Amino acid sequence: MVDAAASTKGDLNLTNLVKEFGDFRAVDDLSLLIPEGSFFALLGPSGCGKTTTLRMIAGLEEPTSGKIAIGPTDITYAKPYARPVNTVFQNYALFPHLTIFENVAFGLRRRGIKDVKEQVTKVLELVELGHLAGRKPVQLSGGQQQRIAVARAIVNRPALLLLDEPLGALDLKLRRQMQIELKWIQTEVGLTFVHVTHDQEEAMTMADTIAVMNEGRIEQMGTPVELYESPRTVFVANFLGQSNLVKGKVEGTSGDDLLVSVHGNRIIVPANRDFAADNHENSVLIGIRPEKISLEHAEENTLGGGIITDISFVGVSTQFQVQMPWGQELAVFEQNDGGASHLQKGDTVSLSWKPQFTFALDGTADVDAGTSVNPDEE
Amino acid sequence: MKRWLSKNLIKVYAFLAFVYLFIPIAYTMAFSFNNAGKSNLTWRGFTFANWQNPCGAPQVCNALGNSLKIGGISTLIATILGTMIAFALGRHRFRGRSSVNLLIFLPMATPEIVLGASLLAMFLNLGINPGFWPTVIAHVMFCISFVVVTVKARIASLDPKLEEAAMDLYATEAETFRRVTLPLVMPGIFGAALLAFSLSFDDFIITNFNSGTLTTFPKFVYISSARGIPPQANVIGSTMFILALAIVLTGQFVSNRKNRV
Repeated sequence: MVDAAASTKGDLNLTNLVKEFGDFRAVDDLSLLIPEGSFFALLGPSGCGKTTTLRMIAGLEEPTSGKIAIGPTDITYAKPYARPVNTVFQNYALFPHLTIFENVAFGLRRRGIKDVKEQVTKVLELVELGHLAGRKPVQLSGGQQQRIAVARAIVNRPALLLLDEPLGALDLKLRRQMQIELKWIQTEVGLTFVHVTHDQEEAMTMADTIAVMNEGRIEQMGTPVELYESPRTVFVANFLGQSNLVKGKVEGTSGDDLLVSVHGNRIIVPANRDFAADNHENSVLIGIRPEKISLEHAEENTLGGGIITDISFVGVSTQFQVQMPWGQELAVFEQNDGGASHLQKGDTVSLSWKPQFTFALDGTADVDAGTSVNPDEE
Repeated sequence: MKRWLSKNLIKVYAFLAFVYLFIPIAYTMAFSFNNAGKSNLTWRGFTFANWQNPCGAPQVCNALGNSLKIGGISTLIATILGTMIAFALGRHRFRGRSSVNLLIFLPMATPEIVLGASLLAMFLNLGINPGFWPTVIAHVMFCISFVVVTVKARIASLDPKLEEAAMDLYATEAETFRRVTLPLVMPGIFGAALLAFSLSFDDFIITNFNSGTLTTFPKFVYISSARGIPPQANVIGSTMFILALAIVLTGQFVSNRKNRV
C-alpha cells in the first residue's frame, strides 16, 4: 500500500476543498493546482486557513468536503502514512528518544527498506550535518534541528514536501540563511515544495508561485512579481509590502487608459491594470507603491499640495509621510541617491509617478484590509 | 560570624533537614548490626551475624516472600490496567471522561482503614475467604489510581506532533505507538510501577483485613513488635532501602548517559 503511494507522482490538485470546525469555516471552497516540481507558498495571516489546508494535504485533518489528488491518484481520505507526502513541522517534531541517524532513517525503515545507511548518510551530507549522526535532537541547535527535520522528510523522496512555518522558530539571520538553503535543496532534489508561512518576505524570497490566503479563501495567486506589482485586491496590496490607496471616481476612458478623478486630479490607469472593471459605477481605489512615487520629477500622474509630516532615513532609502489636502497620509520612498535629500519636514511637495505603475481596485473594499494583520508591522 | 551565617544559612538549613529525614533510616541500618538478644531496642554490640543469616528469625523470610509475590503480581496488573486507563483519559475525548478522572482519585482520598474493612466485608459476602488472592485484588485496586495519575502526567507532557510526525513518516497507528509513543511514555510507566510496588510492599492496613492467616512483611513486623522485633527485620528493611536507592541511581545514570554524546 505504502509503496504504491510512494510511486505516485504528478501535480497536486485541490478541488472545492472545505474544512469546517463546528460553525467555523477554516477553509472555504478552495481549489488549487500546484504543478509538479514547483516551490509553492501559501501565504496569509494566522487563522487564514493555510495550516489547515496543509494538514489536509498531509492527511492529519479530514476535509469536510472536496477532493485532494496527486496526479491521477485521489488521496482525500488516505491515511497519512499511505500518501507520498512528508512534512517539516513547525517545531520540527524530531523524535527525542532516537539519534539523528535513526530520526532520518525512520521513514525508510517504516517502508521496509533494509539498507538505509547509504541514503541516510547522503541526505545528512546534503544538509551538511553528517558528523552529528550519533547525537540526540536536544544536543542540536535550532538551525541544526531544522535541517534534520528537512533531511528526515526529503530522504523519503516524497511526491510532495510540506513545510509548516519551517523557519518561524529561528532568529532573523539564520532565517535568511535557511531561506537560501531550502531553495537550494529544492532545486537539488527537484521535489514539489508547498510552504506555509505568514512572512511575506520569506514567501517572496523562496517561492515560484504564491497563493495569498485570507479567511479560508485564495485572494490571489501568482509569481512574487505579479503579486507585488499587480495586486488585485486591497488585502493583497496591503499584505504584500505597502500600498497607497486613494479613493477616486471613474471619469471615462482615453484609448487604452482609464481616467480617474482623484480629489480633483486626473489619474491615468492603464486598462490592463484596472482590476475593478466590473464595478465602475461606484468609486474605485487607485493604488501606487511608495517606491514608485517621485517627489522630484514630474510625471503624468500627479497629486499636488502634499505636506511632509515625517521623514525617516533607513539607509538605502528615505521614507516620507506626506499629508494630502484631503487629510490622508501617503507614504513615499525615495532612493538615497541625492535627489530628495534637501527636503525638510513641513515642505510642500507634489507626488508624481508613471501611469504604468498605477493600479485600480474595487472602491467598495475596506481600505485597511490586510494592514493590521501584516506581521512586518508588529 | 553574622556574615558567615547569612552566606551559609541555606546550607545549614538543608543539612538539618536531611538529618531530620535520614535519622530514622540511619537508626534502622545501625540496628541491623546490633548483637540483639530478645529485643532489638538497646545496643548490645556490633555483629555481622544478622546480615549473614537474614532468614534467621522464624517466619521472616516467608513473610518477605509473600510480600514480594503480592507486590510483583499487583504491580504488574495495576501497571498494565492503569497505563491503559491513562491512555484512554489522556488521549481520547469520550462521554463521562471527566467523571472517570474524578473517580480515579477517590481510592487515594478514601481512608485505608475504611477501604480495608469494606473490601473484607465484600469478599466475605461473595463467599471468598481472605488470603493471597483477595490481598492481590485489594492491592491492584489501590495501586491503579497512582499508576493512572503518574502515567497520565507523562502522556500530557508528550507533544502530539511527534505522533503526527511518525504517521507522516509512514508508521501505521500500531507502529507509531510501539516506536514513538510507548518509548517516550516508558519512563512514566516505569516510575508508576516502582511506586505501585513500594505501595503494595509497604501496605499494612488493607492487607491486615484481607490476608487472613497469610503473613506479609509489614504484618510480620507489626505482630513481632509485641514480643520484640528481630534484627533480621532491620536487615531486610535496609536491603530494600539500598535496592530502591540503587534502582533510582541506575535510572539517573542511564538517562544521563543517553543524553551524552
